[in-house]
Amino acid sequence: MSKRRSDWQTRPQARIRKWFQQGFTALDDEIINQISQQTIQQPEVSQMMEAQREAMDTRRYERSLALERLERHELQAWVRTRGRKAIGRVYVALALAMAVLMIFFLLETVAHMPRFGDPNAPVTNEVTERYITRGVEETGAVNIVAGMILDYRAFDTLGESTVLFIAASAVLILLRIDRRKDGTPVQELIAAESDDRHYEPRADRILQGSVMVLTPIILLFGIYIILNGHLSPGGGFSGGAIISAGLILYLDAFGFDKAGRFFTYKTFAWVSFFSLSFYALAKAYSFYMGANGLPSGIPLGTPGAILSGGLIMPLNIAVGMVVSCTMYIFYALFRKGGL
Amino acid sequence: MLQLLYENLEQTVAVILFGIGFTILLLQRNLIRKIIGLNIMDTAIYLFLASMGYISGRKAPIVVDGVTEVSAYINPIPAGLVLTGIVVSVSFTGILLALTVRLYRRYNTLDIDVIALLAKGEDA
Repeated sequence: MSKRRSDWQTRPQARIRKWFQQGFTALDDEIINQISQQTIQQPEVSQMMEAQREAMDTRRYERSLALERLERHELQAWVRTRGRKAIGRVYVALALAMAVLMIFFLLETVAHMPRFGDPNAPVTNEVTERYITRGVEETGAVNIVAGMILDYRAFDTLGESTVLFIAASAVLILLRIDRRKDGTPVQELIAAESDDRHYEPRADRILQGSVMVLTPIILLFGIYIILNGHLSPGGGFSGGAIISAGLILYLDAFGFDKAGRFFTYKTFAWVSFFSLSFYALAKAYSFYMGANGLPSGIPLGTPGAILSGGLIMPLNIAVGMVVSCTMYIFYALFRKGGL
Repeated sequence: MLQLLYENLEQTVAVILFGIGFTILLLQRNLIRKIIGLNIMDTAIYLFLASMGYISGRKAPIVVDGVTEVSAYINPIPAGLVLTGIVVSVSFTGILLALTVRLYRRYNTLDIDVIALLAKGEDA
Protein backbone atom coordinates (compact mmCIF):
# COMPACT_ATOMS: atom_id res chain seq x y z
CA MET A 1 0.00 0.00 0.00
CA SER A 2 2.76 2.40 0.87
CA LYS A 3 4.02 2.13 -2.67
CA ARG A 4 1.06 4.14 -3.78
CA ARG A 5 2.40 7.18 -2.01
CA SER A 6 3.63 9.63 -4.60
CA ASP A 7 7.23 10.76 -4.55
CA TRP A 8 5.84 14.24 -4.82
CA GLN A 9 5.12 14.36 -1.10
CA THR A 10 8.51 13.18 -0.02
CA ARG A 11 10.36 15.87 -1.90
CA PRO A 12 12.06 18.47 0.32
CA GLN A 13 10.25 21.36 -1.33
CA ALA A 14 6.87 19.71 -0.79
CA ARG A 15 7.71 19.07 2.87
CA ILE A 16 8.76 22.65 3.47
CA ARG A 17 5.62 23.86 1.80
CA LYS A 18 3.45 21.59 3.87
CA TRP A 19 5.20 22.72 7.01
CA PHE A 20 4.48 26.34 6.10
CA GLN A 21 0.86 25.72 5.26
CA GLN A 22 -0.22 23.36 7.94
CA GLY A 23 2.00 24.08 10.88
CA PHE A 24 2.93 20.89 12.63
CA THR A 25 0.18 18.69 11.21
CA ALA A 26 2.73 17.52 8.68
CA LEU A 27 4.67 15.97 11.52
CA ASP A 28 1.50 14.25 12.73
CA ASP A 29 1.01 12.89 9.25
CA GLU A 30 4.50 11.50 9.33
CA ILE A 31 3.86 9.80 12.63
CA ILE A 32 0.62 8.29 11.36
CA ASN A 33 2.47 7.17 8.32
CA GLN A 34 5.16 5.46 10.30
CA ILE A 35 2.65 3.78 12.58
CA SER A 36 0.62 2.52 9.67
CA GLN A 37 3.72 1.22 8.00
CA GLN A 38 4.70 -0.62 11.14
CA THR A 39 1.28 -2.19 11.43
CA ILE A 40 1.61 -3.55 7.94
CA GLN A 41 4.46 -5.69 9.01
CA GLN A 42 2.41 -7.27 11.78
CA PRO A 43 0.85 -10.46 10.49
CA GLU A 44 -2.29 -10.47 12.66
CA VAL A 45 -4.28 -7.63 11.13
CA SER A 46 -8.01 -7.86 11.09
CA GLN A 47 -10.03 -7.47 7.94
CA MET A 48 -11.59 -4.27 9.19
CA MET A 49 -8.30 -2.57 9.92
CA GLU A 50 -7.12 -3.57 6.50
CA ALA A 51 -10.14 -1.91 4.90
CA GLN A 52 -9.68 1.18 7.04
CA ARG A 53 -6.08 1.52 6.09
CA GLU A 54 -6.98 0.99 2.49
CA ALA A 55 -9.45 3.84 2.67
CA MET A 56 -6.90 6.05 4.40
CA ASP A 57 -4.27 5.26 1.82
CA THR A 58 -6.65 6.01 -0.99
CA ARG A 59 -7.51 9.33 0.57
CA ARG A 60 -3.87 10.20 1.01
CA TYR A 61 -3.12 9.15 -2.54
CA GLU A 62 -5.91 11.33 -3.87
CA ARG A 63 -4.72 14.25 -1.79
CA SER A 64 -1.21 13.90 -3.09
CA LEU A 65 -2.52 13.72 -6.63
CA ALA A 66 -4.50 16.92 -6.10
CA LEU A 67 -1.45 18.59 -4.59
CA GLU A 68 0.63 17.48 -7.53
CA ARG A 69 -1.91 18.87 -9.93
CA LEU A 70 -2.01 22.15 -8.07
CA GLU A 71 1.75 22.37 -8.00
CA ARG A 72 2.03 21.68 -11.69
CA HIS A 73 -0.68 24.17 -12.44
CA GLU A 74 1.07 26.85 -10.45
CA LEU A 75 4.37 26.08 -12.08
CA GLN A 76 2.80 26.26 -15.50
CA ALA A 77 1.03 29.48 -14.65
CA TRP A 78 4.29 31.02 -13.50
CA VAL A 79 6.09 29.81 -16.59
CA ARG A 80 3.32 31.10 -18.81
CA THR A 81 3.25 34.54 -17.25
CA ARG A 82 6.16 36.19 -15.50
CA GLY A 83 8.81 33.51 -15.55
CA ARG A 84 8.48 32.90 -19.22
CA LYS A 85 8.70 36.59 -19.97
CA ALA A 86 11.75 37.13 -17.79
CA ILE A 87 13.71 34.11 -19.01
CA GLY A 88 12.40 34.63 -22.52
CA ARG A 89 13.77 38.15 -22.76
CA VAL A 90 17.24 37.13 -21.70
CA TYR A 91 17.16 34.18 -24.05
CA VAL A 92 15.94 36.25 -27.01
CA ALA A 93 18.62 38.87 -26.41
CA LEU A 94 21.35 36.24 -26.20
CA ALA A 95 20.08 34.38 -29.26
CA LEU A 96 19.85 37.54 -31.35
CA ALA A 97 23.33 38.61 -30.29
CA MET A 98 24.67 35.20 -31.20
CA ALA A 99 22.96 35.16 -34.58
CA VAL A 100 24.10 38.69 -35.44
CA LEU A 101 27.64 37.87 -34.40
CA MET A 102 27.59 34.73 -36.52
CA ILE A 103 26.23 36.58 -39.57
CA PHE A 104 28.88 39.27 -39.09
CA PHE A 105 31.73 36.75 -39.04
CA LEU A 106 30.31 34.89 -42.04
CA LEU A 107 29.92 38.16 -43.96
CA GLU A 108 33.50 39.04 -43.12
CA THR A 109 34.50 35.66 -44.58
CA VAL A 110 32.36 36.16 -47.68
CA ALA A 111 34.05 39.51 -48.31
CA HIS A 112 37.36 37.68 -48.62
CA MET A 113 36.04 34.82 -50.76
CA PRO A 114 36.90 34.67 -54.47
CA ARG A 115 34.61 36.85 -56.59
CA PHE A 116 31.36 35.41 -57.95
CA GLY A 117 31.94 33.88 -61.39
CA ASP A 118 35.71 34.07 -61.14
CA PRO A 119 37.26 31.50 -63.54
CA ASN A 120 40.45 31.33 -61.45
CA ALA A 121 38.73 30.53 -58.17
CA PRO A 122 40.43 27.71 -56.25
CA VAL A 123 37.21 25.65 -56.49
CA THR A 124 37.91 25.09 -60.18
CA ASN A 125 40.87 22.79 -59.78
CA GLU A 126 42.31 19.72 -61.49
CA VAL A 127 39.38 17.52 -60.39
CA THR A 128 36.96 19.70 -62.33
CA GLU A 129 39.33 19.70 -65.29
CA ARG A 130 39.53 15.93 -65.29
CA TYR A 131 35.75 15.52 -65.05
CA ILE A 132 35.11 17.88 -67.93
CA THR A 133 37.89 16.87 -70.31
CA ARG A 134 37.81 13.10 -69.80
CA GLY A 135 34.28 12.63 -68.44
CA VAL A 136 32.55 11.88 -71.73
CA GLU A 137 35.03 9.28 -72.93
CA GLU A 138 35.31 7.62 -69.50
CA THR A 139 31.67 7.48 -68.47
CA GLY A 140 29.92 7.81 -71.82
CA ALA A 141 27.44 10.33 -70.41
CA VAL A 142 27.02 13.69 -72.08
CA ASN A 143 25.70 15.19 -68.84
CA ILE A 144 28.88 15.57 -66.83
CA VAL A 145 27.03 15.92 -63.52
CA ALA A 146 25.23 12.61 -64.13
CA GLY A 147 28.51 10.97 -65.07
CA MET A 148 30.06 12.35 -61.92
CA ILE A 149 27.40 11.30 -59.42
CA LEU A 150 26.61 7.90 -60.96
CA ASP A 151 30.07 6.83 -62.08
CA TYR A 152 32.94 8.57 -60.32
CA ARG A 153 30.98 9.09 -57.12
CA ALA A 154 28.42 6.30 -57.45
CA PHE A 155 29.18 4.95 -54.01
CA ASP A 156 28.08 8.27 -52.53
CA THR A 157 24.81 8.11 -54.46
CA LEU A 158 24.18 4.57 -53.20
CA GLY A 159 24.54 5.96 -49.68
CA GLU A 160 22.10 8.73 -50.56
CA SER A 161 19.44 6.30 -51.79
CA THR A 162 19.97 4.25 -48.65
CA VAL A 163 19.51 7.35 -46.48
CA LEU A 164 16.23 8.02 -48.27
CA PHE A 165 15.10 4.41 -47.78
CA ILE A 166 16.04 4.48 -44.09
CA ALA A 167 14.15 7.75 -43.65
CA ALA A 168 11.07 6.16 -45.21
CA SER A 169 11.43 3.17 -42.87
CA ALA A 170 11.78 5.44 -39.84
CA VAL A 171 8.67 7.40 -40.79
CA LEU A 172 6.89 4.08 -41.34
CA ILE A 173 7.83 2.95 -37.83
CA LEU A 174 6.78 6.27 -36.30
CA LEU A 175 3.49 6.88 -38.07
CA ARG A 176 2.06 3.59 -39.27
CA ILE A 177 -1.17 2.56 -37.60
CA ASP A 178 -1.46 -1.21 -37.71
CA ARG A 179 -4.53 -3.37 -37.72
CA ARG A 180 -4.94 -6.03 -35.09
CA LYS A 181 -3.78 -9.53 -35.89
CA ASP A 182 -7.28 -10.72 -36.77
CA GLY A 183 -7.67 -7.84 -39.22
CA THR A 184 -10.04 -5.64 -37.25
CA PRO A 185 -9.07 -1.98 -37.15
CA VAL A 186 -7.95 -0.36 -33.89
CA GLN A 187 -9.66 2.76 -32.59
CA GLU A 188 -6.83 5.00 -33.79
CA LEU A 189 -7.18 3.74 -37.35
CA ILE A 190 -10.93 4.35 -37.40
CA ALA A 191 -10.35 7.88 -36.12
CA ALA A 192 -7.64 8.51 -38.72
CA GLU A 193 -9.86 7.24 -41.50
CA SER A 194 -12.88 9.31 -40.52
CA ASP A 195 -10.57 12.32 -40.21
CA ASP A 196 -9.25 11.64 -43.68
CA ARG A 197 -12.75 11.35 -45.15
CA HIS A 198 -13.76 14.54 -43.43
CA TYR A 199 -10.91 16.73 -44.61
CA GLU A 200 -9.98 15.32 -48.00
CA PRO A 201 -12.02 15.71 -51.18
CA ARG A 202 -14.10 12.65 -51.99
CA ALA A 203 -14.97 11.81 -55.61
CA ASP A 204 -14.50 15.38 -56.74
CA ARG A 205 -15.55 15.47 -60.41
CA ILE A 206 -13.30 18.35 -61.47
CA LEU A 207 -10.27 16.91 -59.72
CA GLN A 208 -10.89 13.43 -61.11
CA GLY A 209 -11.41 14.72 -64.63
CA SER A 210 -8.23 16.77 -64.64
CA VAL A 211 -6.24 14.00 -62.97
CA MET A 212 -7.33 11.55 -65.68
CA VAL A 213 -5.71 13.85 -68.21
CA LEU A 214 -2.75 15.00 -66.13
CA THR A 215 -1.46 11.87 -64.38
CA PRO A 216 -0.32 10.00 -67.54
CA ILE A 217 1.46 13.12 -68.78
CA ILE A 218 3.18 13.69 -65.44
CA LEU A 219 4.25 10.05 -65.20
CA LEU A 220 5.53 10.11 -68.79
CA PHE A 221 7.44 13.30 -68.08
CA GLY A 222 9.03 11.73 -65.01
CA ILE A 223 10.01 8.63 -66.98
CA TYR A 224 11.43 10.85 -69.73
CA ILE A 225 13.55 12.73 -67.21
CA ILE A 226 14.84 9.52 -65.66
CA LEU A 227 15.66 7.93 -69.02
CA ASN A 228 17.38 11.09 -70.26
CA GLY A 229 19.33 11.58 -67.06
CA HIS A 230 22.67 11.07 -68.79
CA LEU A 231 21.77 13.31 -71.75
CA SER A 232 20.06 16.33 -70.25
CA PRO A 233 19.47 18.00 -66.89
CA GLY A 234 17.62 15.66 -64.58
CA GLY A 235 18.14 12.09 -63.45
CA GLY A 236 16.85 9.62 -60.94
CA PHE A 237 16.16 11.98 -58.08
CA SER A 238 14.26 14.68 -59.99
CA GLY A 239 12.43 12.18 -62.20
CA GLY A 240 11.45 10.09 -59.18
CA ALA A 241 10.10 13.18 -57.45
CA ILE A 242 7.97 14.00 -60.51
CA ILE A 243 6.60 10.44 -60.73
CA SER A 244 5.71 10.50 -57.05
CA ALA A 245 3.95 13.84 -57.60
CA GLY A 246 1.82 12.15 -60.26
CA LEU A 247 1.04 9.22 -57.95
CA ILE A 248 0.12 11.58 -55.10
CA LEU A 249 -2.20 13.51 -57.41
CA TYR A 250 -3.90 10.25 -58.39
CA LEU A 251 -4.24 9.29 -54.73
CA ASP A 252 -5.79 12.66 -53.92
CA ALA A 253 -8.37 12.33 -56.66
CA PHE A 254 -9.37 8.69 -56.37
CA GLY A 255 -8.67 7.84 -52.75
CA PHE A 256 -6.81 5.03 -51.04
CA ASP A 257 -9.07 2.26 -52.34
CA LYS A 258 -8.08 2.69 -55.97
CA ALA A 259 -4.47 3.66 -55.31
CA GLY A 260 -4.13 0.59 -53.10
CA ARG A 261 -4.67 -1.62 -56.15
CA PHE A 262 -1.24 -0.89 -57.53
CA PHE A 263 0.68 0.38 -54.52
CA THR A 264 0.83 -1.50 -51.22
CA TYR A 265 3.47 -2.03 -48.57
CA LYS A 266 4.56 -5.06 -50.54
CA THR A 267 5.16 -2.95 -53.63
CA PHE A 268 7.19 -0.51 -51.60
CA ALA A 269 9.24 -3.26 -49.99
CA TRP A 270 9.95 -5.15 -53.20
CA VAL A 271 10.67 -2.10 -55.36
CA SER A 272 13.04 -0.64 -52.76
CA PHE A 273 14.71 -3.99 -52.20
CA PHE A 274 15.24 -4.71 -55.89
CA SER A 275 16.37 -1.20 -56.76
CA LEU A 276 18.84 -0.87 -53.91
CA SER A 277 20.26 -4.37 -54.28
CA PHE A 278 20.53 -3.94 -58.06
CA TYR A 279 22.38 -0.68 -57.49
CA ALA A 280 24.70 -2.25 -54.94
CA LEU A 281 25.39 -5.29 -57.14
CA ALA A 282 25.98 -3.18 -60.25
CA LYS A 283 28.41 -0.93 -58.45
CA ALA A 284 30.09 -3.88 -56.77
CA TYR A 285 30.56 -5.39 -60.22
CA SER A 286 32.05 -2.21 -61.60
CA PHE A 287 34.34 -1.79 -58.59
CA TYR A 288 35.39 -5.42 -58.91
CA MET A 289 36.28 -4.87 -62.55
CA GLY A 290 38.41 -1.84 -61.60
CA ALA A 291 36.18 1.16 -61.23
CA ASN A 292 38.60 3.69 -62.63
CA GLY A 293 40.74 3.18 -65.68
CA LEU A 294 40.27 -0.54 -66.31
CA PRO A 295 37.54 -1.63 -68.71
CA SER A 296 34.45 -2.78 -66.85
CA GLY A 297 33.12 -4.79 -69.78
CA ILE A 298 29.98 -2.69 -70.17
CA PRO A 299 29.83 -0.95 -73.56
CA LEU A 300 29.65 2.83 -73.21
CA GLY A 301 27.94 3.44 -76.55
CA THR A 302 27.98 6.63 -78.58
CA PRO A 303 27.88 9.70 -76.35
CA GLY A 304 24.58 11.45 -76.90
CA ALA A 305 22.60 8.34 -77.87
CA ILE A 306 19.88 7.12 -75.52
CA LEU A 307 21.65 3.77 -75.02
CA SER A 308 24.94 5.12 -73.82
CA GLY A 309 26.77 5.71 -70.62
CA GLY A 310 27.06 2.07 -69.59
CA LEU A 311 25.50 1.59 -66.17
CA ILE A 312 24.30 5.15 -65.71
CA MET A 313 20.82 4.70 -67.17
CA PRO A 314 19.93 1.53 -65.18
CA LEU A 315 21.28 3.15 -62.03
CA ASN A 316 19.16 6.23 -62.72
CA ILE A 317 16.10 4.01 -63.08
CA ALA A 318 16.86 2.28 -59.77
CA VAL A 319 17.32 5.60 -57.97
CA GLY A 320 14.14 6.99 -59.54
CA MET A 321 12.11 4.02 -58.32
CA VAL A 322 13.42 4.32 -54.77
CA VAL A 323 12.74 8.07 -54.72
CA SER A 324 9.21 7.83 -56.11
CA CYS A 325 8.21 5.05 -53.71
CA THR A 326 9.69 6.91 -50.75
CA MET A 327 7.93 10.18 -51.54
CA TYR A 328 4.61 8.45 -52.10
CA ILE A 329 4.82 6.55 -48.83
CA PHE A 330 5.80 9.73 -46.97
CA TYR A 331 2.62 11.36 -48.22
CA ALA A 332 0.39 8.39 -47.43
CA LEU A 333 1.80 8.05 -43.91
CA PHE A 334 1.49 11.71 -43.08
CA ARG A 335 -2.05 11.85 -44.43
CA LYS A 336 -3.60 8.75 -42.90
CA GLY A 337 -0.95 6.69 -41.17
CA GLY A 338 -0.90 3.91 -43.72
CA LEU A 339 -1.61 2.88 -47.28
CA MET B 1 33.68 45.82 -47.04
CA LEU B 2 30.24 46.74 -48.42
CA GLN B 3 31.70 47.02 -51.92
CA LEU B 4 33.22 43.55 -51.58
CA LEU B 5 29.94 42.16 -50.25
CA TYR B 6 28.05 43.68 -53.17
CA GLU B 7 30.41 42.00 -55.62
CA ASN B 8 29.69 38.67 -53.91
CA LEU B 9 25.96 39.32 -53.73
CA GLU B 10 24.84 35.67 -54.06
CA GLN B 11 27.07 34.49 -51.25
CA THR B 12 26.09 37.44 -49.07
CA VAL B 13 22.42 36.59 -49.55
CA ALA B 14 23.16 32.95 -48.77
CA VAL B 15 24.93 33.86 -45.53
CA ILE B 16 22.14 36.20 -44.44
CA LEU B 17 19.56 33.48 -45.22
CA PHE B 18 21.60 31.06 -43.13
CA GLY B 19 21.53 33.55 -40.26
CA ILE B 20 17.77 33.99 -40.60
CA GLY B 21 17.27 30.23 -40.48
CA PHE B 22 19.53 29.95 -37.46
CA THR B 23 17.66 32.73 -35.65
CA ILE B 24 14.33 31.04 -36.37
CA LEU B 25 15.76 27.81 -35.00
CA LEU B 26 16.79 29.57 -31.80
CA LEU B 27 13.81 31.84 -31.22
CA GLN B 28 10.72 29.94 -32.29
CA ARG B 29 9.05 27.63 -29.79
CA ASN B 30 6.80 25.98 -32.33
CA LEU B 31 8.39 22.75 -33.59
CA ILE B 32 7.09 23.16 -37.15
CA ARG B 33 8.66 26.61 -37.34
CA LYS B 34 11.93 25.20 -36.07
CA ILE B 35 11.87 22.67 -38.89
CA ILE B 36 11.15 25.46 -41.38
CA GLY B 37 14.15 27.35 -40.01
CA LEU B 38 16.35 24.30 -40.49
CA ASN B 39 15.15 24.01 -44.08
CA ILE B 40 15.92 27.68 -44.70
CA MET B 41 19.45 27.01 -43.48
CA ASP B 42 19.71 24.11 -45.94
CA THR B 43 18.51 26.27 -48.79
CA ALA B 44 21.08 28.92 -47.94
CA ILE B 45 23.81 26.31 -48.17
CA TYR B 46 22.58 25.12 -51.57
CA LEU B 47 22.61 28.71 -52.81
CA PHE B 48 26.13 29.16 -51.46
CA LEU B 49 27.42 25.97 -53.10
CA ALA B 50 25.73 26.70 -56.41
CA SER B 51 27.13 30.22 -56.47
CA MET B 52 30.61 28.86 -55.73
CA GLY B 53 30.46 26.63 -58.78
CA TYR B 54 29.31 29.30 -61.23
CA ILE B 55 31.77 30.83 -63.67
CA SER B 56 30.49 33.83 -65.60
CA GLY B 57 29.96 33.41 -69.32
CA ARG B 58 30.15 29.60 -69.31
CA LYS B 59 27.46 27.01 -69.92
CA ALA B 60 25.98 24.19 -67.85
CA PRO B 61 28.21 21.09 -67.88
CA ILE B 62 26.42 19.17 -70.62
CA VAL B 63 28.71 18.41 -73.52
CA VAL B 64 27.29 19.60 -76.84
CA ASP B 65 29.00 19.26 -80.23
CA GLY B 66 31.90 17.39 -78.64
CA VAL B 67 33.43 20.45 -76.99
CA THR B 68 35.39 19.12 -73.99
CA GLU B 69 37.43 22.10 -72.88
CA VAL B 70 37.48 23.32 -69.31
CA SER B 71 36.93 26.90 -70.44
CA ALA B 72 33.53 26.03 -71.94
CA TYR B 73 31.65 24.77 -68.85
CA ILE B 74 31.03 25.72 -65.24
CA ASN B 75 32.20 23.59 -62.31
CA PRO B 76 30.06 20.40 -62.07
CA ILE B 77 31.17 19.38 -58.56
CA PRO B 78 29.01 21.77 -56.46
CA ALA B 79 25.94 20.61 -58.42
CA GLY B 80 26.58 17.04 -57.29
CA LEU B 81 27.10 18.17 -53.70
CA VAL B 82 23.84 20.15 -53.74
CA LEU B 83 22.03 17.05 -55.01
CA THR B 84 23.33 15.03 -52.07
CA GLY B 85 22.34 17.84 -49.70
CA ILE B 86 18.79 18.02 -51.05
CA VAL B 87 18.23 14.29 -50.63
CA VAL B 88 19.54 14.26 -47.07
CA SER B 89 17.49 17.34 -46.20
CA VAL B 90 14.30 15.72 -47.53
CA SER B 91 15.03 12.59 -45.47
CA PHE B 92 15.61 14.31 -42.19
CA THR B 93 12.70 16.71 -42.71
CA GLY B 94 10.49 13.65 -43.10
CA ILE B 95 11.78 12.08 -39.90
CA LEU B 96 11.52 15.33 -37.94
CA LEU B 97 7.95 15.91 -39.08
CA ALA B 98 7.02 12.34 -38.16
CA LEU B 99 8.46 12.83 -34.68
CA THR B 100 6.54 16.10 -34.40
CA VAL B 101 3.31 14.33 -35.32
CA ARG B 102 3.94 11.77 -32.58
CA LEU B 103 4.68 14.51 -30.03
CA TYR B 104 1.52 16.35 -31.01
CA ARG B 105 -0.57 13.23 -30.65
CA ARG B 106 0.74 12.71 -27.13
CA TYR B 107 0.78 16.24 -25.73
CA ASN B 108 -1.68 18.07 -28.02
CA THR B 109 0.67 21.00 -28.42
CA LEU B 110 3.59 21.99 -30.61
CA ASP B 111 5.17 24.39 -28.11
CA ILE B 112 8.47 22.84 -27.09
CA ASP B 113 8.48 24.49 -23.65
CA VAL B 114 5.05 23.15 -22.76
CA ILE B 115 6.05 19.72 -24.05
CA ALA B 116 9.16 19.78 -21.86
CA LEU B 117 7.07 20.81 -18.85
CA LEU B 118 4.47 18.12 -19.41
CA ALA B 119 7.17 15.50 -19.89
CA LYS B 120 8.76 16.59 -16.62
CA GLY B 121 5.38 16.34 -14.90
CA GLU B 122 5.03 12.80 -16.22
CA ASP B 123 8.37 11.82 -14.77
CA ALA B 124 7.65 13.23 -11.31
